[in-house]
Amino acid sequence: MKYTEDHEWLRVEGDHVVVGITDHASEQLGDVVFVELPEPGTSVSKGDEIVVIESVKAASDIAAPLDGEIVEVNSDVADNPGMVNEDPTGKAWFFKMKVADLSALDGLMDEAAYKEMIG
Amino acid sequence: MTDLKRTVLFDLHGELGGKIVPFAGYEMPVQYPMGVMKEHLFTRAHAGLFDVSHMGQILMTAKSGRVEDAALALERLVPVDILGLKEGRQRYALFTNDNGGIQDDLMVANRGDHLFLVVNAACKDADFAHLKAHLGADCDIGMVEDRALVALQGPEAETALARLVPDVVEMAFMDVAIRHWDSAELWISRSGYTGEDGFEISVPNKFAESFVRRLLDMEEVAPIGLGARDSLRLEAGMCLYGHDIDEGTSPVEGNLTWAIQKARRDGGAREGGFPGAGRILKELAEGPSRRRVGLRPEGRAPMREGTEVFAGPEGGDPIGKITSGGFGPSIEAPMAMAYLPADLAEGTTVYGEVRGKRLPAVIAPMPFQPNRYKR
Repeated sequence: MKYTEDHEWLRVEGDHVVVGITDHASEQLGDVVFVELPEPGTSVSKGDEIVVIESVKAASDIAAPLDGEIVEVNSDVADNPGMVNEDPTGKAWFFKMKVADLSALDGLMDEAAYKEMIG
Repeated sequence: MTDLKRTVLFDLHGELGGKIVPFAGYEMPVQYPMGVMKEHLFTRAHAGLFDVSHMGQILMTAKSGRVEDAALALERLVPVDILGLKEGRQRYALFTNDNGGIQDDLMVANRGDHLFLVVNAACKDADFAHLKAHLGADCDIGMVEDRALVALQGPEAETALARLVPDVVEMAFMDVAIRHWDSAELWISRSGYTGEDGFEISVPNKFAESFVRRLLDMEEVAPIGLGARDSLRLEAGMCLYGHDIDEGTSPVEGNLTWAIQKARRDGGAREGGFPGAGRILKELAEGPSRRRVGLRPEGRAPMREGTEVFAGPEGGDPIGKITSGGFGPSIEAPMAMAYLPADLAEGTTVYGEVRGKRLPAVIAPMPFQPNRYKR
């Protein structure tokens, strides 16, 4: 898995990239009560705010980690936002995207670097 | 962040895994490992224990020694019938200002020969100065510095507290009493700010930790942080001072007219005579132009404090603003309070602008979650 500074994880699945948030992010957010996902088919640029997460405490945005196109979203998460706290790195993935260039992932953190970042 | 104060229970909050944040000049636990959602639901199902020692506890005794004189003095600062408050009873009150706005909200108890006031943490120094300045000639006014204050809230609060103080079962909602636990003198009221049955207990600092530990040892009781305190009070339709009511909102706009008894209204035995009476009595008679209402957003997206509210899905100027908003764990839906034009009836759909999108919300009765007091 690869990680962004915004506490997203990315997993390559065939020629798609699956994106979610880390355990650390889920703990920091607290109980998630609302998730808004982008429409499949949306073209996104790195840094675009494409997911809204509301916890009992506050609203946060999740940015597109890379340039590409959203090919699938996990509607289970929108229906049952608590999944983000229960299984953030498994069942509660947010979206799958097709990226123009998979080598762009090489610039992201690996697990050791991410763990160092969160201390 | 400098000079934050700590309550006498601070070390215990740390031991219990509380996440500490600055609040009203204090370092307070916003949540424990259970998390806000579960703490909220635990309180509605069992009994939540809250440290509210940051709040101000004030004793007020008339120099004449007569509680009636203390009551009449306090009535000069609040639009509330204090003289009619019977011994052993407590009542909600508001300090108003000369413009008819609200300086703080508070609880007032008649304890036989004096009054006991509980005020908000952020306002307590100002409230104390206000009382001293206006009533100091007639009353001795003292801030209680050697006591903690804890709230035990929820349907199992009575069962839990009765193990330590058996006769609390005889108290009804808004009764106050002084009882002993070992050698500690407890000042108990059957009240709280969650919409549940429960108690607020003032306990001497030196007994506070042992008293709280005894309660926490019971399986009905868990420590609850400020996060759940906020969602519980919002579900119960209660105002948070500085957000839902403040120096610019009158009690009538704040939908708190129930707190202004007949004796203080036009034609009452002690009509007016409190700061801002002109505006407040006029609004009581003619109705305010805006009023605090409940909102139920139609989707799942919470509408937070500061969200602008519009009459329609497009165009137009804002008609009001949300003052508190979030997700209600018990009602399993978002909820909010807003100030809106008073002519909008319950059931009217309005639109909150969230991240640039106007989302529908319906003006709804409060409380959102029915209260369960022991009358």
